[in-house]
Amino acid sequence: MTLKNSSKEKSVGVVGMGSFGTAIANILAEKSKVIAYVRRAEVMDEINQHHSVDGISIHKDIIGTQDPEMLCKACDTIFFMIPSSAFQEVIRLFSPYLYPYHLVIHGTKGLCLNLPKGKTLSDIGKISRENILTMSEVILKETVVVRVGCLAGPNLAKELYQGQPAATVVASKYNEVILEGQRLLRTDKFQVYGNSDIVGVELSGVLKNIIAIAGGALAGLGLGENAKGLLISRGMVELIYLGNALGGSLKSFIGLAGIGDLVATCNSTLSRNFTVGYRLAQGESLEQITNTMEEVAEGINTVKLMKTFVEGKGMRAPITENLYKVLFEDLKIEEALQYLMKYPFSVDVDFL
Amino acid sequence: MSENYIKHKYDPILPKKDEWPVVKLSKSRKDFIKRVAEASKRSVLQITGDNMALLKEELETTLYREKLRIKQNPWDVDPDDEKDFWRKVKSSLVQISADINTTKTQKKKKYLEILDDITMRYSEEIASNFIHSHYKVTRRIVTFGFARLLNAARVKGFKSVFSNQYTLQDKIQVVGETDQIRELASKGTIVMVPTHFSNLDSILIGWVISVLGLPPFIYGAGLNLFNIGIFAYFMNALGAYKVDRRKKNLLYLETLKTYSSEAIQFGVHSLFFPGGTRSRSGIIEKKLKLGLLSTAVEAQRANYQKGQDDVSGKIFIVPVTINYHFVLEAPSLIQEHLSLTGQERYYKESDEFSTSYKISKFLVKFFTKGSDISVSIGKAMDVLGNYVDTDGNSMDRNGRVINTRDYFISNGKVTVDMQREEEYTYRLGNRIVEEFHIINRIFSSHLVAFTAFQMIKKENIKMDLFNLLRLPEEDIVIVYDDFKKECQKVLDKILELESEGKVQAAPHLKGDLDAIISHGLANVGMYHAKRPLVKNEGGNIETQDLSLLYYYHNRLDGYDLEKLF
Repeated sequence: MTLKNSSKEKSVGVVGMGSFGTAIANILAEKSKVIAYVRRAEVMDEINQHHSVDGISIHKDIIGTQDPEMLCKACDTIFFMIPSSAFQEVIRLFSPYLYPYHLVIHGTKGLCLNLPKGKTLSDIGKISRENILTMSEVILKETVVVRVGCLAGPNLAKELYQGQPAATVVASKYNEVILEGQRLLRTDKFQVYGNSDIVGVELSGVLKNIIAIAGGALAGLGLGENAKGLLISRGMVELIYLGNALGGSLKSFIGLAGIGDLVATCNSTLSRNFTVGYRLAQGESLEQITNTMEEVAEGINTVKLMKTFVEGKGMRAPITENLYKVLFEDLKIEEALQYLMKYPFSVDVDFL
Repeated sequence: MSENYIKHKYDPILPKKDEWPVVKLSKSRKDFIKRVAEASKRSVLQITGDNMALLKEELETTLYREKLRIKQNPWDVDPDDEKDFWRKVKSSLVQISADINTTKTQKKKKYLEILDDITMRYSEEIASNFIHSHYKVTRRIVTFGFARLLNAARVKGFKSVFSNQYTLQDKIQVVGETDQIRELASKGTIVMVPTHFSNLDSILIGWVISVLGLPPFIYGAGLNLFNIGIFAYFMNALGAYKVDRRKKNLLYLETLKTYSSEAIQFGVHSLFFPGGTRSRSGIIEKKLKLGLLSTAVEAQRANYQKGQDDVSGKIFIVPVTINYHFVLEAPSLIQEHLSLTGQERYYKESDEFSTSYKISKFLVKFFTKGSDISVSIGKAMDVLGNYVDTDGNSMDRNGRVINTRDYFISNGKVTVDMQREEEYTYRLGNRIVEEFHIINRIFSSHLVAFTAFQMIKKENIKMDLFNLLRLPEEDIVIVYDDFKKECQKVLDKILELESEGKVQAAPHLKGDLDAIISHGLANVGMYHAKRPLVKNEGGNIETQDLSLLYYYHNRLDGYDLEKLF
């Protein structure tokens, strides 16, 4: 059923052509006409004239545009694939052209701060759940679209681009969004699962980035598989505790978007978050790393946010807390590791 | 929103009664009941997925539960032929399964016939019986009769009985978006959703609707109320249809929902108490019953499916709060609440609203001594919870006009998606709760009850609620000066919230604090035998009934005011 749809049918929109956005646009283009929104004019020209993004060739039917209004008019379903730091801004740009008939699915594994006007994180000190927005919550807050979904799972962009087999989760409160996501994305090499706990799935994708940085750090220290196994399992426990505190359900965390994604990113040099940890362990500073990375590693911001949240809530999250110290307070990775080894985790599994 | 109480006579928006949707409905009652029965049948069949075994099972379950109900929980209002009807259903069911010679299609036809009979019976039973002359009489009794009472009590002298100096509107103030609801009622269909604290509410709302010049609304009233003669008359007159909470079978629930949905599609304005029953705890409803609410969403989609895309097919949700100093049933409600939620084993006391005599006594008290009630009409919303303007256009947060129809569209067409509508109903429920808190009007009595209870709670910080409520009342004294200080804190916060548009404060909260406190003390639960709060001889504050105090205190739950303590 990978036939091209008739010309009457509307196009599918992709907002943001980073590596993940490009990979998804390519998959979508197998079945539908795709219109891609990009911020920079030269990228648009590259897409339209050379059918490529940053030199990597893409499906020839993908049309590039810089006009949100045109994209919203031409598409009923729109995929937002932008980093969390720009998410709010881009959503606001699109908001005037979005209507209740639109379906919006995003693929951003990050969080947004939602503070009272004119305040910053350092003014407030403690934050609670209301101050943290997942991307679907940003969409609901800024637009009239209610049929919102998210994409999450072990989806390393480079592998998707190469057409290797993979699977993803489309999560939404609305069955029709899940079905639409499956209809548009599913191919012989791409399996699509559904989940109704959208917040849980979003959080899985967000929180696993913390563990991915730690995983990179272990690899950077040259540690072996025992340590990795330990980290993944302890990371999972921490992820579940944080995720529950933020309103996600256990089921989602042990699914494809949780464990599935965690295992993939903790093992892969293709992951940006993993790379951050790896280079840290090699002795680079955070500043050096972020300055030379092409794309945002969401995990850095997530660590900062979650550390503040944990403090406000009076919870403990040893991996996140120590990672924060490593990233922002010059704690040596070896010392953090030592601290974690001494930490009294007495019970193996206590969340089931 | 205007600060002044609205006190003027509105002209009816539809002067001729024949134009009233509810009259049109009652004229075509027979057809309408048939239509409801048919539609209910269809939806039961849809749910059972055209699977005969499942349908048979539903029929048998219904029969079983009905027989049990008749035996265990019979009421005065139940029709006499009930037993016969279900006996017949039983024998038909037995006959079908016993008969081995009938083919599958024949069997199916027979099951459908039974289903037909039951939905028809239910729909007949639910249907309202609006009689215009009764409505007129009732309205006259309520306004005219009460006005007499009021004037007799307040204006001294021989001729006072015939004085018109005071009217019901002096006692019951209607505030808020009155013009908008009138405007919209003449353009589309209104679904009014009030908070529910007292059995008096339905009569009160009925009166408010008529004062606003709106044609009567229909609403679902618990069948138990029809057990009481005086209520039955009022309810019928006000266009009530009957909701029997004893019947929980699929067939009945589907018929009930269909009735409501079809009535809304017919263009009849409706009234739901979305909390389901009266708030037992005194808290403004937070969890709504979504069953009836879903019929508003469904009716809206059905109208769009029929191509009624203009404002005439649009449904407007109007939240309303009713604000009391005093709720007659408070003692029994709070006890029920506590025995449900807590470990306490209360004796179930008699319902104070159970007899006509008690109600009349209360009404006399109410009108002679005075206890102000205000009714806040909220801003109208579409079925997704977006505000609408006076022309009925939905608007997003930035004031851009949007089309509600768009929410029901997929691939360019209006489609039926039950799961989607379930989510929409849930959203609508949340929006209504939000609006309740915004239009809730805080009285002096709520202020004093809240402050006093929080102070007592803070004094005994280690106790859980149930231990706290068991404290001997005579041991509790709050020093007036401390009380005043705390009241000031709470009041300041309330006024701050009001300035942010998060709640409303009654005008009597804008004066001297001592006066506000004594107004509050005088009014809080004023007719209860045991008063929630009194001032003792030393000028300090005492309580005679902690549970009642808790009840009245709960009115200010949900504003984070307890953080002040």
